[in-house]
Amino acid sequence: MRTLYQFNGGIHPPENKEPSTQSGIARAPLPSKLVIPFRQHAGAAAKPIVRAGDRVLKGQLIGMPDGFISSAVHASTSGTIAAIGAQPIAHPSGLPDLCATLIPDGREEWIAHAAPSTSLRTEFDYRNSDPAELRQQLRMSGVVGLGGAVFPGDIKLRPGNRKIDTLILNGAECEPYITCDDMLMRERAAEIVQGAEMLRFMLDAGEVLIGIEDNKPQAIAAMRQAVTESGLPFEVVVVPTIYPGGSAKQLIRVLTGLEVPSGKLPTDIGVQCFNVATAYSAYRALAHGEPVLSRIITITGNVRRAQNFEVLLGTPVRDLAALGEALPDTDRYLMGGPMMGLPLASTDIPLVKASNCIIAASDKLFPPAPPALPCIRCMRCAEACPADLQPMDLFWFSQSKEFDKAQQFSLFDCIECGACSYVCPSHIPLVQYFQFAKSEIRAREQDQQAADHARERHEFREYRFEREKQEKAEKLAAREQAAKQAQPAVPSMNPADAMQQKIQAAIARAREQAAASKPKNTENLTAQQQAEIAEIEARRAHIHELAKSAGEHKKE
Amino acid sequence: MLSALLVMAGIAIVLGAVLGFSAVKFRVEGNPLVDKIDAILPQTQCGQCGYPGCRPYAEAIAAGEADINRCPPGGEEGIRKLADLLGVEFKPFGGGTVLKPKSVAFIDENLCIGCTLCFQACPVDAIAGAAKQMHTIIASECTGCELCVAPCPVDCISMVPITEKITTWKWKYPVYTLAQAK
Repeated sequence: MRTLYQFNGGIHPPENKEPSTQSGIARAPLPSKLVIPFRQHAGAAAKPIVRAGDRVLKGQLIGMPDGFISSAVHASTSGTIAAIGAQPIAHPSGLPDLCATLIPDGREEWIAHAAPSTSLRTEFDYRNSDPAELRQQLRMSGVVGLGGAVFPGDIKLRPGNRKIDTLILNGAECEPYITCDDMLMRERAAEIVQGAEMLRFMLDAGEVLIGIEDNKPQAIAAMRQAVTESGLPFEVVVVPTIYPGGSAKQLIRVLTGLEVPSGKLPTDIGVQCFNVATAYSAYRALAHGEPVLSRIITITGNVRRAQNFEVLLGTPVRDLAALGEALPDTDRYLMGGPMMGLPLASTDIPLVKASNCIIAASDKLFPPAPPALPCIRCMRCAEACPADLQPMDLFWFSQSKEFDKAQQFSLFDCIECGACSYVCPSHIPLVQYFQFAKSEIRAREQDQQAADHARERHEFREYRFEREKQEKAEKLAAREQAAKQAQPAVPSMNPADAMQQKIQAAIARAREQAAASKPKNTENLTAQQQAEIAEIEARRAHIHELAKSAGEHKKE
Repeated sequence: MLSALLVMAGIAIVLGAVLGFSAVKFRVEGNPLVDKIDAILPQTQCGQCGYPGCRPYAEAIAAGEADINRCPPGGEEGIRKLADLLGVEFKPFGGGTVLKPKSVAFIDENLCIGCTLCFQACPVDAIAGAAKQMHTIIASECTGCELCVAPCPVDCISMVPITEKITTWKWKYPVYTLAQAK
């Protein structure tokens, strides 16, 4: 039995996971329209490589990764690209972003790829491949972290300056209502295990731990069985159910006892963490050559039929809500869980790689928060904070815009889990303040960088002017010097003669130059071409002669 | 008595040598306060303060010749930072100051005659072009100082406010109602 560790705080909100685990994963029907955003991952948006009117196949690349941290985007099904333009997407700003609108033709015609079969492919030999090539394949397959952060997988698999001792597979799924990872582990455990081995191979990691919270006994059993059948030395570790135990840093702490230092990455302490769904998509990408075109999404909350669906990326939220049969008093939808989820502005918004759950919400299900009261510094937020922060101080500094102090109090270690807001007896929206302060600090850093850059350019411009002035002065001085030296050599010559001499010298120079420069196209000619040239020259001489004689005639 | 005098004299010589050495070795060039002020200024080099660029304004502030509230691009935030640095009171902008949204210059390429006047005016070399060739703004380098607008003989330069994009969007300051005391 492995010794488990604890992190500070954490909360136990009602789980509400049962309704959506009653039946298995169903495949969502093909929607009539798909809206595929080019920014479905952390980092730079992919660059569109198709145009409106193009016909695309299922799995065809439509967005090329653009920049170091970026990932590919593919057509989720075969059909015609109707438009490429800004469309509303799931983002707290509510601003639109670049998307491709795809009208499916219903034929689901695949691009040529290795093996579209659903059976497990273990014979695929990735161990003889170069990890760099495999990483590139993951990048071009659009494999990103499906736990919610959507960080490109190939970047997380790059070798760092430290050996990876432990690869953690995150199946904790701590947030209430969400069950997509649970169902994936129950139904596709063998693929997840194969994917984990591929990730382990690329990282050259030591042990592999699969962390699952103890409220998912069926998933634990399925994963244990899959590990035994595969014969791989992985360990399925059951961790206690607590929110936010599925956050990477917190899960690392629970499983290894190690703490990721502030401002560092897990790889700096020899640990890397992937979501189980990421391992699954890595397996599909490498073994079957299938890019990430769909994902498992939970539809739950105020619905008649809570269930998990395998949904094509780009499907509007409305289609999924219809599958779940949302109850009539539903007045809004959340993307993600009730703790960290994002309220959606409309149901036209497409489902993307980051969407793990759609919750139909009503005031009955989620009563609006009572009005906030002033902070009484009761410290309950600090007791609940899983990142060992002091939210009451961070709140104070963020509210008064004392960003330097907020940073000193490790604002950027906040994982925005919402545990502090959940326990706050004054109902203060603490996380909103932290999000505000973080984005304000980032914007200021960018402004400062821009100002420094402008200063540098301005100073270089001034320096250039100074240099040009100096060069001009030097040239002038040199010329004067030369003139002084030249004068005493020919003191007797009168100005007219001197001018004549200069003109003669210039004419001589020009002649020399004309003689020296031959037209380049007369080198390496064939005999025939030379003959042609000679002929033309002869003709030209003849015409010259004629012209001359004509001129003489006129004179006469 | 003599040894005490010698010891004191020795110490004086050693310390004098150390002070003399450090005066040469750790000599500070220029006024460090000017650099600190210059670091706060937004480096638009727009001259709205009445000085030809950010550094001359910083020098004037350091010398006590200029007020801290003469930099509109820096905003009230900038005044606050300067007030903090210099230990003086915050001072609001004068009545005549217009605060404009952040923008970049835009050249209407159909109208441009390639006179080069604008890029001679640009303090950060953010305009590309040559004589009798169409000019264009390198938007990522433009500080929005508007110095290129006035010299243009055909009025083909306009200032376009920067619109909010997903990559530049910021979380807003949370506004919520406090419960009324009963």
